[in-house]
Amino acid sequence: MSGVMKRMGMIFRAKANKALDRAEDPRETLDYSYQKQLELLQKVRRGVADVATSRKRLELQLTQLQKQSSTLEDQGRKALALGREDLAREALSRRAALQQQVTDLETQHQTLQGEEEKLTLAAQRLQAKVDAFRTKKETIKATYTAAQAQTRIGEAFSGISEEMGDVGMAIQRAEDKTAQLQARAGAIDELLASGALDDSSGLAKDDIQSELDRLSGGTDVELELQRMKAELAGGSGGGQQAIEGGQGQSQPHSQQPQDTPRFDKQ
Amino acid sequence: MIVRIMGEGQVKLADSHFAELNKLDDELLEEMESGDEPGFRRTLHALLDKVRELGTPLPDDALEPSELILPSPDATIAEVRDMLTDDGLIPG
Repeated sequence: MSGVMKRMGMIFRAKANKALDRAEDPRETLDYSYQKQLELLQKVRRGVADVATSRKRLELQLTQLQKQSSTLEDQGRKALALGREDLAREALSRRAALQQQVTDLETQHQTLQGEEEKLTLAAQRLQAKVDAFRTKKETIKATYTAAQAQTRIGEAFSGISEEMGDVGMAIQRAEDKTAQLQARAGAIDELLASGALDDSSGLAKDDIQSELDRLSGGTDVELELQRMKAELAGGSGGGQQAIEGGQGQSQPHSQQPQDTPRFDKQ
Repeated sequence: MIVRIMGEGQVKLADSHFAELNKLDDELLEEMESGDEPGFRRTLHALLDKVRELGTPLPDDALEPSELILPSPDATIAEVRDMLTDDGLIPG
């Protein structure tokens, strides 16, 4: 009874030998294998690019979620200033749900970064081995007869095919992970687009904002008066912030347009 | 002897360490067969740490086959089982 790593070693070697045994002239196997290696290298590079694309998409989503989160925070603050604790509570509970998504996406982002790094290194290792194999292959073809070449080819071959098996699996795993994340990213895009991220009240998307807008018509004056009174009473006025309102967006610090980039769903 | 850690590359270590690794390897197989995922994870990481600690990495352009092959650190029991039973899983 042999252990796991011994068995795996045997399986990989058996696979390499099987490929060799099928060849009429082992020197042809060299060329064929080299073609396969180049194909695999291409595949690894594509894999790295795919993972990078997914990672960037996640980064965009994270930025959007953060923006929504700070909008909700501002709304909460404003609602509180207007004496509407119920609205403030609603805004903050939606924000909490958003933060959950953010945490989740950050974890996924780390996973993808890890995959990207691993594949990049795998591509480097494979490239170095493919180059070494090409040199060896030419030497063997130039120097030996088919009969003599057998052993030498076996040596070159088992090393590279083991690497190919390893890299092939790494690629497979990265593809699986990326596909899973893509599906989730698609779902988040839809949520972002609909603005319905965990709307526990069942109200429409801009309900908090429109309620605030309705309320703050005229209320700013009251707030301004309060602030002045506080100043006169000897405070430095750092307490109450006057809130501009009435015209939709009321965050003095975020003047960016609220359009959200849309992604194509695959 | 040469050992490959899947997803990480190959290391060379003295044959004198073989017995030590072998013991862990047998444990790993038992845990895999009994489906003890936490135990499997523990033993796999112990094995990987040992190999990394005792071995020196082979250059990237080496074309030598490995005598022993270890699954990557995050491999599950199910994945390793597949590799051992179905060699069609290994792309060639």
